[in-house]
Amino acid sequence: MAEVTTKPSIDLAAIADKWKGKDGSLIMILHTVQDALGYVPRETSLELSRLTGVPLARIYEVLTFYHFFKLTPPAKYQISVCHGTACYLKGASDLTKELHNITGVNEGETSEDGMYSVTALRCVGCCALAPVMLVNGRVYGGVKPADVKAILNEIMKEGAQNA
Amino acid sequence: MIKATINGKQIEVKEGTTILEAARLVNMRIPVLCKHPDLEAGSGCGICIVKAKGIGKMLRACSTMVENNMDITTHDPEIVSVRRTVLELIMSNHPKDCLTCARNQDCELQRLCAEFGIREDYFPNILERHKYKYDNTTKTIVIDGRKCIACGRCVNVCQKHQNVWALSFQKRGIETALSPAGDITLNESPCVKCGQCSNHCPVGSIVEYDETQKVWEALNNKDKYCVAQIAPAVRVSVGEAFGYPIGSNLTGKLVSALKKLGFKAVFDTNMGADMTIIEEGNEFVKKFKAKDNLPLITSCCPAWVDYLEKFHPDMIGNFSSCKSPHEIVGVLAKTYYAQKNNIDPSKIVMVSIMPCTAKKYEISRSQEMFSSGQQDVDVSLTTRELARMIKQSGIDFKNIEDAEGDSVLGTYSGAGTIFGTTGGVMEAALRTAYHLITNKELADVEFKAVRGLKGIKDTVIDVDGTKVRVAIAHGLANVDALLKEIEAKRAKGEPSPYDFVEVMACEGGCVGGGGQPYGVTNELRKKRAAGLYKDDESQKARCSHLSPAVQTVYKEFVGEPLGEKAHKLFHNHYHKRKTYNK
Repeated sequence: MAEVTTKPSIDLAAIADKWKGKDGSLIMILHTVQDALGYVPRETSLELSRLTGVPLARIYEVLTFYHFFKLTPPAKYQISVCHGTACYLKGASDLTKELHNITGVNEGETSEDGMYSVTALRCVGCCALAPVMLVNGRVYGGVKPADVKAILNEIMKEGAQNA
Repeated sequence: MIKATINGKQIEVKEGTTILEAARLVNMRIPVLCKHPDLEAGSGCGICIVKAKGIGKMLRACSTMVENNMDITTHDPEIVSVRRTVLELIMSNHPKDCLTCARNQDCELQRLCAEFGIREDYFPNILERHKYKYDNTTKTIVIDGRKCIACGRCVNVCQKHQNVWALSFQKRGIETALSPAGDITLNESPCVKCGQCSNHCPVGSIVEYDETQKVWEALNNKDKYCVAQIAPAVRVSVGEAFGYPIGSNLTGKLVSALKKLGFKAVFDTNMGADMTIIEEGNEFVKKFKAKDNLPLITSCCPAWVDYLEKFHPDMIGNFSSCKSPHEIVGVLAKTYYAQKNNIDPSKIVMVSIMPCTAKKYEISRSQEMFSSGQQDVDVSLTTRELARMIKQSGIDFKNIEDAEGDSVLGTYSGAGTIFGTTGGVMEAALRTAYHLITNKELADVEFKAVRGLKGIKDTVIDVDGTKVRVAIAHGLANVDALLKEIEAKRAKGEPSPYDFVEVMACEGGCVGGGGQPYGVTNELRKKRAAGLYKDDESQKARCSHLSPAVQTVYKEFVGEPLGEKAHKLFHNHYHKRKTYNK
C-alpha cells in the first residue's frame, strides 16, 4: 500500500454528480472517497451532505456500520497481527503485547501522532509461517516478540530513505 | 377483509392489520418495547413474538400482518418464556439504578420486569453500555446512553417525524449507540430541543433537563419574589400525573397548587397568547393588505424557531417577529406588573410551566429575551417537573380548592387557551384578523377546518368576501414538506400558495409537547385538545381583542399594537444558524 504523504484532493461534486439520482449510491461515493484519501474526513462528509441532501447522520450511520470505512487518517505504519488459529496458538498475542510495549498502541487503536496503528486480522493464508505480522502490507513470518523491534526499525529506516 | 383466528377466536380485519392490532379485538395485550403507537415498527426488541400454526418460527406481532386463515397464538408457556428471555437479555445490559432514575415508576421496561416477575440476573450483567455518553449539553434534554436499550424510537421520531436527524444509529451490534453523527455532543448537532425523543423513550435514557432544584432554591430565598405562569397545554395534561381522566382542565387547581408551593402571583400564558394574537394579527393584516412577503409564518414554538434558523434560513423574512406567549407574560411581569405593584424587577423570578423542553432553550436564546432589562423568564419547567414538585410538597392536588390567576396577567380569552393545540394559533388569529379586516365581530368564532390531527391542513377562509388562504402543519417532517412547497413556488417566481401559515414542531401541537406526561398517542392528543376547546367554549370572551385583560394592558401600558413600546417588548429577530457546530 502506498504511503500517504501529501493529502490528495478529490472533486467531490463530480463524484456526487456521477451517482446522482441513483438510489443506494451513498456507499459507492464513500468508497470512492476512501480510495482516494485513505479515510473519510468529517469535512468531506459535511460537504457530501450539502451536495447530496443526505443528512450527515445517515452518512455516519453507514460509515460507522461498516468496519471498512475509516474516520481517521491511516497511520504511517499500519501493523496487523494475524490471530488465525495457527498464529494464535503460536503466540500472536505475545506479538500484540510487544507492539504495545514498543509503540504504546493497543489493538484496534492508532497512536496519537498518527505513526502506528495495530489491528488484528484473521488468517493471511500462510499458516506455515505462523505467527505472522504485517507492516504496510509486507508479511513477516515466524516472528518472535524479540524480532518485533528490529522489523519496525527496518521499515522505518526504509521510510526515512524514501522520504 | 382478512379472516383469521387468534387464540381460537375468529376475527375479521382489514388487510394490512398487524397481529398486534388484531389481538386487541380479542382483548389480548401483547407486550411491546420498541414499538410505539406513533411510530412504524422497528422490529428491534422481539418481545412481541407470537406463534402461527404451520410457520416454523415465531413472528413479531408488531410488524407481521394478519394473513387469511392464520391461526395465531399470542400466549402459551413457551411464548411467555421467550419473552422473559428477551427481558433478561435487555437487563443484562441495563443498569439497575431504578431508584435514582428519572423514569422510576413510569418506565416501560421496569413495568414489564414487574409483570414478568424478574427476580434475578439470569445472564451476567455485562453493562457494555456503561461506556456510552452522558450528554446534558443542550440544557433541555439529557441523554444517558448507559440506559439505552437501543429500541430506536428516539431515532425514528427524530428522523422520520421531526426530520431533524440529530439522532442516528451509530456503529453496530453491541456497540450500537443512538447518538449524533460522529464524536460530537447533542448541542453541536442539529437538535432543535423539541424533546420528542424523551417523550418516546421507553426508559430513562432520554429525559428533560431537571431544574426543579433551581426553583426550590428561588422559592426558599426570601429576597426573591417568585411568580409563575401556566401554558395552555399544561392545564389539560397535568391531571394525568394525579389520576384524572385525560383532558381534564385543571387551571384552578394548578393556580392553587402553585400558590401553595410559594409563588407570590400566578399568571396565565393564555393571556400572553392573547397579546401575541394582537401583535401577530396586526402584523398579518398589515402584510396581507400590502401583499408583503407572504405567507406570514407563526413563531410561538421555540423548537420550530430553531429548526427554521437552521434548515430554512431563506424563510426568515416570512417569520412573525412576535415573541411567544410566555416571553410576553415574562416581560409584562417584570415591567407592567412590577411597576404597578412597586416590586423591584430584579427580585422577580419568573417560572414558566410549559409542555415543552425547547422553552428551556428559548428563555436565553437571544438578547430579545432580556427586554425587561432582566432575563424575562428565569426558569422554564416542563409539566413533568411541576407534577413532581407538587408531589414532593405534599399538596393533595385532587382535594385542594380552585384558585384564580392574579392581576390582569392571569385572565384570558378562549382564543388564548386553544394556542396549546395544532390549529389553535391560526383559529385565534383568524378570530382577531376578521375583526381587524372588517371591523365587525364574528357571529360564529369557531373555524373547524383548522382543527384536527391531519399533518398538513389547508383551507380558504372567507373574510367578508376576502379570501385568506391558510395552512397549518405540525410535526416538523410535515412542516418541512409544506415549506418545500412554498419554496418551490417561490423559486419559480410564482406567488405563495398561502397567506398565513401556523407551525408547531410537535405532533398535535403543545398538547403533544416534549415535556408532557409520558405515553402520548393520538388518542391522548385528541383528548387533551378537546379539553382546551371546552375551556374555550366556557370563556365569556372568545377573541383575544375582546379580552378585558388585553384591553387594559394596551390602554394602561403598551399603547398601540406594533407601536414603539410593543416593538421593544414583544418582538424578536432571527438569525441563520449552523446545523452542525463541529
